[in-house]
Amino acid sequence: MEFSTMLGLLGDGLLLTTQIFFVTLIGSLPLGVVVALCRMSRFRVVSTIAKFYISILRGTPLMLQLMAIMFGPYYLFGLQMGSDWKYWACDIGFILNYAAYFGEIYRSGIQSIPRGQYEAANVLGYSRAQTFMKIVLPQVIKRILPAMGNEIITLVKDTSLAFVLGIAEMFSQAKALAAREVSMLPYAIAALIYWVFCLLIEFVLGKVEKKLDYYHA
Amino acid sequence: MPDSVVTLEHAKKAFGDNEVLKDISLSVAKGDVLAVIGPSGGGKSTLLRCLTLLERLDSGRLAYGDVLVCESDAAGKAEYAKKESLREAKKHFGLVFQNFNLFPHYTAAKNVADPLISVAKMPKAEAYARAAELLEKMGLSDKADMVPCDLSGGQQQRVAIARALAMNPEVLFFDEPTSALDPELTREVLKVIRDLAAEHMTMVIVTHEMSFARDVADQLLFMDGGRVVEHGRAIDVINSPQHERTRAFLANYQEG
Repeated sequence: MEFSTMLGLLGDGLLLTTQIFFVTLIGSLPLGVVVALCRMSRFRVVSTIAKFYISILRGTPLMLQLMAIMFGPYYLFGLQMGSDWKYWACDIGFILNYAAYFGEIYRSGIQSIPRGQYEAANVLGYSRAQTFMKIVLPQVIKRILPAMGNEIITLVKDTSLAFVLGIAEMFSQAKALAAREVSMLPYAIAALIYWVFCLLIEFVLGKVEKKLDYYHA
Repeated sequence: MPDSVVTLEHAKKAFGDNEVLKDISLSVAKGDVLAVIGPSGGGKSTLLRCLTLLERLDSGRLAYGDVLVCESDAAGKAEYAKKESLREAKKHFGLVFQNFNLFPHYTAAKNVADPLISVAKMPKAEAYARAAELLEKMGLSDKADMVPCDLSGGQQQRVAIARALAMNPEVLFFDEPTSALDPELTREVLKVIRDLAAEHMTMVIVTHEMSFARDVADQLLFMDGGRVVEHGRAIDVINSPQHERTRAFLANYQEG
């Protein structure tokens, strides 16, 4: 096989990998806020449900969760899902799983903001929404950035779990190519691409961190 | 009292079984400076937190001018006014914290200007002009574009005072404004407060600085065990305290 053909197939995989990556972020970054707010809710029922949700999603393998979403509809309800279902199952699984992790990171950030910040804003007359958006959130973002970076980089590599759903993302492509060509080369190239992907993320996060470095609390 | 800015009557507050305020009454007339002194755990901070609506009274009456904040109902339980009234009441006072509590991600100027823009809905240019004016008054013109972490404690506290003054409060509360500062920085903050007193700013100051309290305050209130032990003209209370507990407290203080 031509080297360029191999690259082309890995490139096709990379496209799907990138898609899973961004869809997961777009879904789980905001959903994580909901998870964090529920987890911190004054209402015991709500916070208990959130706690349980986080515990299950962090306490079981993501691969297993993907399989459960993929095959659950059939085994539980006898539903025949279309051939597109695996993509949906993949996105749903990743989003639900990452929202649990992001939710806990948000919570740690929100709870690390000193009470005095809320009190100062309160006495000055800021509304609750203003206090959160203008005073708390910007400080939270700065504080959680390193932890978020960790998680986002993990996500790059976790996308390879879509393999178990038969989605032809980059790892699946590399495995197929390696088997066909009896060669390590596809794995090596895939590894390099994953690494460069992560380098790009590190670069962007580094920029943001630097931009927020004008103060420390 | 017709010209009283803030009136508190029969205030009680407990945390669980711990009664922190036991029947406190006070009122501050326009232009007056009231100093509150007393041992730690005597209820001074809780008093200030209740006055600034950071804590709710269990019973009692609190009013800012014509704006009623809370009043005891028939059962003696403090009933608070609606949200709009509380928001209205908050416009009457400002609070300066022991730990400044500046917003660390905002510059000194933005710390002062943002509440004007976000809360008082003042146009941006006007708010920053007012911030510049107040920072100048605090001797911080050259620090306007610096963030709190690049300022000394004394400078941070002066920004915090400017931030509270910006909202044009009728009364300014200080919760041990110099307790987090070393002596030199304490002096620059006390000077600012003295200047405000000279301009007849109405103030309530919880402090451990006795000579400052004597010089600046009109009235002095000595609190211990959740009660007002002694209340009178500042000079009188400090120079010739009537109660044994006040005497003991002040004597301890002078020994250092």
